[in-house]
Amino acid sequence: MKLTGAQIIVESLLAQGVDTIFGLPGGVVLPLYDALYGSKLKHILVRHEQGAVHMADGYSRATGRCGVALVTSGPGATNTVTGIATAYMDSIPMVVITGQVPANLIGNDAFQEADIVGITRPCTKHNYLVRDTKDLARTIKEAFYIATSGKPGPVLIDVPKDVLTKQAEFLYPESVHIRSYNPTVEGHIAQVKRAFEKIKASKKPVLYVGGGMILSNAADELFRFATGCHIPVTTTLMAMDSFPTRHELSLGMLGMHGTYAANMAMHEADVIIALGSRFDDRVTGNLAGFAPNADIIHVDIDPTSIGKNVAADIPVVGDLMDVMKKLNAMRAEDKTDWADAHREWLKTADEWKNLYPLRYDRSPEGKIKPQYVIQQAYELAKGMDPIFTTEVGQSQMWAAQFLTFEKPRTFLTSGGLGTMGYGLPAAIGAQAAFPNRLVVDIAGDGSIQMNIQELITAVQYGLNVKVAILNNGVLGMVHQWQELFFGKRYSASEFQVNPDFVKLAEAYGAVGLRATKESEVQDVLKEAYRTQKPVLMDFAVDREEKVFPMVPAGGTVKDILLA
Amino acid sequence: MRHTISILVENRFGVLTRVAGLFSGRGFNIESLTVAETQDPQVSRMTIVTRGEDRIIEQINKQLNKLIDVIKVTDVTAEEHVERELVLIKLNAEEKNRPEILRMTDIFRGKVVDVSARSYTVEITGSDSKIKAFLEMVRPLGIQEVARTGKVAISRGARTLAPKNK
Repeated sequence: MKLTGAQIIVESLLAQGVDTIFGLPGGVVLPLYDALYGSKLKHILVRHEQGAVHMADGYSRATGRCGVALVTSGPGATNTVTGIATAYMDSIPMVVITGQVPANLIGNDAFQEADIVGITRPCTKHNYLVRDTKDLARTIKEAFYIATSGKPGPVLIDVPKDVLTKQAEFLYPESVHIRSYNPTVEGHIAQVKRAFEKIKASKKPVLYVGGGMILSNAADELFRFATGCHIPVTTTLMAMDSFPTRHELSLGMLGMHGTYAANMAMHEADVIIALGSRFDDRVTGNLAGFAPNADIIHVDIDPTSIGKNVAADIPVVGDLMDVMKKLNAMRAEDKTDWADAHREWLKTADEWKNLYPLRYDRSPEGKIKPQYVIQQAYELAKGMDPIFTTEVGQSQMWAAQFLTFEKPRTFLTSGGLGTMGYGLPAAIGAQAAFPNRLVVDIAGDGSIQMNIQELITAVQYGLNVKVAILNNGVLGMVHQWQELFFGKRYSASEFQVNPDFVKLAEAYGAVGLRATKESEVQDVLKEAYRTQKPVLMDFAVDREEKVFPMVPAGGTVKDILLA
Repeated sequence: MRHTISILVENRFGVLTRVAGLFSGRGFNIESLTVAETQDPQVSRMTIVTRGEDRIIEQINKQLNKLIDVIKVTDVTAEEHVERELVLIKLNAEEKNRPEILRMTDIFRGKVVDVSARSYTVEITGSDSKIKAFLEMVRPLGIQEVARTGKVAISRGARTLAPKNK
């Protein structure tokens, strides 16, 4: 059957099992939007292309499926770059389809032309410029395969207008083989065995878990292994939801704003079991002083992550689902009395936890502490199967510290790139995937203004996300660094004015609520959660509050600032 | 330490940029880079000469392998191999220089490939050290221009870098 390129794209996406895409039309993709008209694909019309990509990203993180965004050439394409780079840094599977000027005009500085394949080469897992309509179906199949396999990531497909309008025989390939791309899924059994023996011989092991655990859907296996072997668990920002926060083995987050217990455990450990994590600088601080006594077991599907920052004593390349299952099988056959072996170590970890737990002081005058809002945002959401997204900065760190996580894919945050403006569109994407769950964006007054335009998208589609703005009138994390490290010289970090967020919400047709005293916080959250509309909550929080603990950049656990 | 890395890639547009972009984006240096088709027109071979500690070279190898269009990566430095580079050198060819140019070209088993009233162009093939030595010898005669291909390398013996699944 002969179809136009535009029809081939729509049919290919349907064959791929895609139900929802996020996008915004423009000149060269009009043939594609025409093919979408009346098709079974649900299209969410955004107000800025960055929003479309973050929504596809939020959809992907919440569901584990590949998110899809569709935009036009030139500015439409360049507007996606921050969203693509965000997904790339966090290894989020995504396919972005961009329109391109007709093939015969490429390179001529045509209207709305941008070399988006060139621009996104360093921030995509792979990208394509399709030059012939008959290559479209195979390219889309390959793109989804590459995006979702191995270490996942965004793949961009650039399609010139004439490729959309020309016809070709349509047959969606059933399978795909790329001779130069065969990621290692199965962990080498001998290496896994070595790792297991090393864990067995350890007295002070720590499981250091990263976003790979979420991407591999292996959190249940992690739980079995950690509880079976009585090993404490610390997670990176990307994996807060991979292990229950309130479990006795949980040490919480590690790194710059991690807990005292997690950072001490890493420092004192004799074996660190790194699972889908990559020893980035926000985790290690000064490499010279990092985990001085530990042998490193490093499991990752991406060989480049192993040995990049910290040398691994036992490297294991493979999918965590496979490796964790193998480790659990070895544990099941083993007679070790793990509880006894790690009793002392867990006692020490408990002492650290009790010595300096995450804490803040309630205000005697009833001022709103941001940490209190976050705690209440979770407490009142319990039982509603909530998904939390974040923006970036203080609000994000407090969310990581003071939310409680029970299951995977419930905490969507821009970890690697640290993209302010991520949380609202990501929440909309998650809500599009799960219309009946509660989706809450923990935001700051700075971040929320970076993609506030997408509030109208939420209103248009009845995607009733709740945004909790922790409004302190400053770029909080910048302000905190200026206070601590730049002699309180607050250069360009204080907003002299902010919009009236309640009125702004109303202007968008959403609901705006405000709390200025601690006593109002619960009522505002309750009302927001009850309301069948998108809600913007403006919490006037105490500006003096800072994110602690803090290991200053390039420091070690010895430099930790506790308050 | 200097490493010579041979890479088989899909012969598609944009692949060279992906490889070069990887080096610049991650701060790896390139001393020379050559690329051309192999016996299979769908496959190109690149030879990259780079410098770095073992840890960097390991990252370069892994990162290259991670590129979707890269079929195979081998650090030939680690094995017995042959390396060659071709250089074209345009020399001042005044009357008094000509015998010396011809003598040197002969000693280094080069060829004079172009002659004009004021210049001789010499072709020399060989290893780094041979090329360096020749350039030193003719420098006093007056070098007008040098064009080098960059190094190519191949392993000794029957071993090949055949394009199969990596």
